[in-house]
Amino acid sequence: MSTEKPKVAFYWCASCGGCEEAVIDLAEDILKVTAAVDIVFWPVAMDFKKTDVEAMEDGSIAVSFINGAVRNSEQEEMVNLLRRKSGLVVAFGSCSHLGGIPGLANFWNRKTIFNSSYHTSPSTDNPEGTIPQEKHIMEDGKELTLPRFYDTVYTLDQVIDVDYYLPGCAPPKHLIMTAITAILEGKLPSKGAVLSPNKSLCDDCGRNDSKPEKLAIKAVKRPWEVEMDNEKCFLAQGIICMGPATRSGCEERCILGNMPCRGCFGPTDQVYDQGAKFLGAFASLLDSDDEEEIEKIVNTIVDPAGTFYRFSLPSSILRRKRMETVK
Amino acid sequence: MVNLKIDGKTIQVEDGITILQAAEQQEIKIPTLCYHPLMEPYAACRVCVVESISGKGSELVTSCNTLVKNGMEIQTASDKALFARRMNVEMLLAQAPAAVPVQELAKELGIEKTRFKIKDPDEKCILCGMCVRACEDIVGASAISFLQRGQHREVCTPFGEQSEACIGCTACAFFCPTGAITVEDLHGRKVIHSELDLGPSTAIRVPIRQAVPMVPFIDEEACIHFKTGECKICSDVCQKEAIDHEAQDEEIELEVGSIILASGFKSFDPSLIPAYGYGRLDNVITALEFERLVNASSPTGGKILLSNGEEPKSVGIIHCVGSRDENYNEYCSRVCCMYSLKFAHLLKEKTSADIYDFYIDMRCFGKGYEEFYHRLLHEGTKFIRGRVSEVSDMALSKEEEGKLIIRVEDTLIGVVRRIPVDMVILATGLEPGTDSNQIAKVFNISCSQDGFFLERHPKLAPVSTFSDGIFLAGTCQSPKDIPDTVAQAGAAACEALALADKGKFDLEPITAEIDEELCAGCQICVGLCPFTAITYDKEKGISEINDALCKGCGTCVSACPSGAAQQKHFRDKQIFAEIEGIFIE
Repeated sequence: MSTEKPKVAFYWCASCGGCEEAVIDLAEDILKVTAAVDIVFWPVAMDFKKTDVEAMEDGSIAVSFINGAVRNSEQEEMVNLLRRKSGLVVAFGSCSHLGGIPGLANFWNRKTIFNSSYHTSPSTDNPEGTIPQEKHIMEDGKELTLPRFYDTVYTLDQVIDVDYYLPGCAPPKHLIMTAITAILEGKLPSKGAVLSPNKSLCDDCGRNDSKPEKLAIKAVKRPWEVEMDNEKCFLAQGIICMGPATRSGCEERCILGNMPCRGCFGPTDQVYDQGAKFLGAFASLLDSDDEEEIEKIVNTIVDPAGTFYRFSLPSSILRRKRMETVK
Repeated sequence: MVNLKIDGKTIQVEDGITILQAAEQQEIKIPTLCYHPLMEPYAACRVCVVESISGKGSELVTSCNTLVKNGMEIQTASDKALFARRMNVEMLLAQAPAAVPVQELAKELGIEKTRFKIKDPDEKCILCGMCVRACEDIVGASAISFLQRGQHREVCTPFGEQSEACIGCTACAFFCPTGAITVEDLHGRKVIHSELDLGPSTAIRVPIRQAVPMVPFIDEEACIHFKTGECKICSDVCQKEAIDHEAQDEEIELEVGSIILASGFKSFDPSLIPAYGYGRLDNVITALEFERLVNASSPTGGKILLSNGEEPKSVGIIHCVGSRDENYNEYCSRVCCMYSLKFAHLLKEKTSADIYDFYIDMRCFGKGYEEFYHRLLHEGTKFIRGRVSEVSDMALSKEEEGKLIIRVEDTLIGVVRRIPVDMVILATGLEPGTDSNQIAKVFNISCSQDGFFLERHPKLAPVSTFSDGIFLAGTCQSPKDIPDTVAQAGAAACEALALADKGKFDLEPITAEIDEELCAGCQICVGLCPFTAITYDKEKGISEINDALCKGCGTCVSACPSGAAQQKHFRDKQIFAEIEGIFIE
C-alpha cells in the first residue's frame, strides 16, 4: 500500500443502502478510483473496525463520503470520529444532504415509532411487549448495549461540519465521478457547495416546451390515476412534479422513465425550504378564485407533507413535527 | 340636355328623366297611384297617362315610365289625356271601390260613380303590384305574389297561408298606395326595440339623442339588407352617399403615452328584487325609463303617462334599489337621492300627482343639494323614512283597487304602512360595467371589492391606477354624480397630459428581478404576474421582468420554485433575518 495515495473512507448512517450501490454502480470506473486512492474504511464492503479509524492520525483521511441521516447515538459518534480524522467530509446522497426518506420520521418521535414497530403493526408478534433497551445485563453478568434511538432525524450537517454535498437518491454515477475527480485534482468549489448545477430541473427537462402559457390545475392526479402522456409537462397533466423546485443534475432519470420528479436533489442554493417553495409555486397554479373550490382541489392532494417534503423535512424550516408532550 | 314642351311651355331638362319628373320640376301635377320615387316605375295604374303630340298626330303615354325626348310636346290635361285618365280611374273605382285615394281621384276628375260592375264593394286593392315588387325588388324576401289571372287576380302569399319567407318588415304596407295592405298583428314577429326608446325603432338610427358623434348606425340584426341582401333604400335616399353596407368593423392600433379609462357603469337590474315587481307589474319603472319618459323627445312627448295612457294621480319613488343592501350591493350609489328629488320635482311640475319618496337617509351632500331638498319639502313631496318591503297589486280595500300598493315600515312613526299609488319609480343604483373585469385584465389594473376600478390611493392618487400611465375618470372608479365626474375627468386629463409632456416617468424602486443564471424557464411566474410584466424568452429559455411594468407585488417571488426571482429590498435572507430578530429575547 503506497502511502502517497490519498485515503478515502465511506460510511453509512440511516439509509437504505442505495448509496453504497451507487458506488458499486461505478462498475469498471471504481478501478480508476482505487488506482488513485486508498480506501481505508468501508464497512459495507471491506473489513475495517472502528478501532482502525481511531488509530489513524487526525485529518489523515483525505475525504470521507458519508451517506444516510443521523438518528442514533452510534451514527453520531461515528460521524464525529470521521470528521476528526478527515480533511473533507462529503454528505453523500439525499439522506445525509437533506434528511431523505428516513427524515419523514420527524413527523413522529421515538415513542410513537417504537409503539408502531414493536406493538401495533399487524406483523408484530411481541406478547411481552419488549422494546429495544440501550443496556441489558445477561445472566452471566455480561453487559450488552445498543445505541440510543433519537426522537429526531438529523441531516449530516446538523451534526458535524460538512464540506460538500453530493445530492440525489442515490447520487448518479456521473456526479460521483465528477466529484471524486475534482477532489483528486484539487479543483474544488467553495466550501458548502452542492456538487450539482444550481438550476432547477425544468432547465434540462425535455418537456418544458410542452408547458402551456399558463398552467392551470383543476384537480391533482397521482400517476396511476391517469394515462400519462410521455411528452407533456407533468404539471400540465395535473400530476405533482417537484421539478421546478428541484436542483438539476440528475439527468432526468425519473422524467425519462415517465415519472414525475420527487425532489431528491433538493432545492437550489437560493431556496431555504424546498417544500414551502414548491407549495408556494403549486398553490399559485390552482385554477380557481373560489375558496371552497380551492379547498376541494387541495383535498385531492394525497399526503401533502410527504409529497412536498419527501426528501427534505429535517433540513426544512419545519425541521420536525412539534414534539408531543409524553403522556 | 333635352328640349321639350309641356302644356305649351318650352323647357330644357336633363337627359334620362321621365315625363313625370320633368312635369314635377315645372310644378305641373300629374296624378299617380302606383308611382314611388324609390321604385322603378311600372305604369300599372295608368292614372298618369298624358298626350304626346308629334308632327303627324298624337299618342297616349304613361308619364311615369316614358323618358323625355328632344322635340317632344306633352299635354298633361288635354281632352284626350283626361278622357283616358277618367276611363282608367273609373275602371279602378270598379275594381277597388273602397280605396280612398281612388275615390278622391275620381272626385277630382268629376266621376261620381263607375259605370262598370263592382265585384266587391269593400275591395281596396287596385292590383298595381307595388307590394309584390317591394317585397321582391327592395326587400328581397319574395313572400307575396300575384295569384291567378284576369278577373280572379289577387295579391297573396303562396297558397294563401302565412308565409315563412315574410320577415315582417311591413314594406308592402308602406308602398301600398290605397291602404289595401294593413299590418294588423306584429305579435310574435320581431319588432325592433331600442332599449329605452319605449317603442319600435328603425334599423338605421342614431343610438341616443345625445350621441357624440351624432351619426346614425345600422343595426345589422334588424336591417333587411343583412337578412336578404336587398333593400339598401337608405343608401338610395342618402344624397351624400355616406352609407356603406360593405363597411366592416376594424381594429385600430394606436401608440399612446397615457390612457384614461372612462368605461362607465351598469344600471342595477331591479328584476333581481322580485318583491318590487319590476317586469311583472305594469307602471313599475326604473329611473332611466322615467328619465326617458319625461324627456321632451320621448314617445309621449315628455308627458308622464301610465301604461293605459292616463296621467298618474300618485307616484312612489323608492330609493336605494340595489344599493346599501347586503343582498345586492353594500355601497351607496351616491346619485339616486338627488335624481329621485329631481324626479319628484319634475312630477310636481308636470302633473298634479301626490308624490311619495321612500328613503333610508337623505344624502344631499353636494353644493346646493340640501337647499334643493328643502325646496322639495316645501313643494309638498311626502317623504317616508323606511325601506320598502314590497310592491304588489293585491288590494285589501276599495281605495287600493287597481293601484300598486307599496308596503313600508315608516320608521319615524313606527308603523307598517300600505300606500296605494299609480306609478312606482325604482331609483336603481350604479354597478360596475359588465365587462369591467375584462377591461381590468387588459389594462393590468385592479378592481376593488365592489368591482369598480381601484385607484392607486383613495386620497392621494384618486385618478391614478397601479399601472403607470393609466388613469380613471367617472363611474368606472366608483359611483359619482356629474360634477364629481367632470372634476375627476379634468384631473385625469391633467395627469395624462403631464405625463405625456414630461415624456418619462419614475420607476418603482422595489421591483422583482429574475437571475438569468438561475432561472430554469419553468414559466410558473409568467401567468401569475398581475401586471403582465413577465415574458418568457424562448431562445434564452428564461423568463424576464419588464422593469417599467413591474410593481413589486412579489407574487412571482413567492411562486418562483427555483428562487431565481427575488424581490429587491425584500430578499429571503433579509426576511429571515427579520424573523430571527423578532424571536430574539
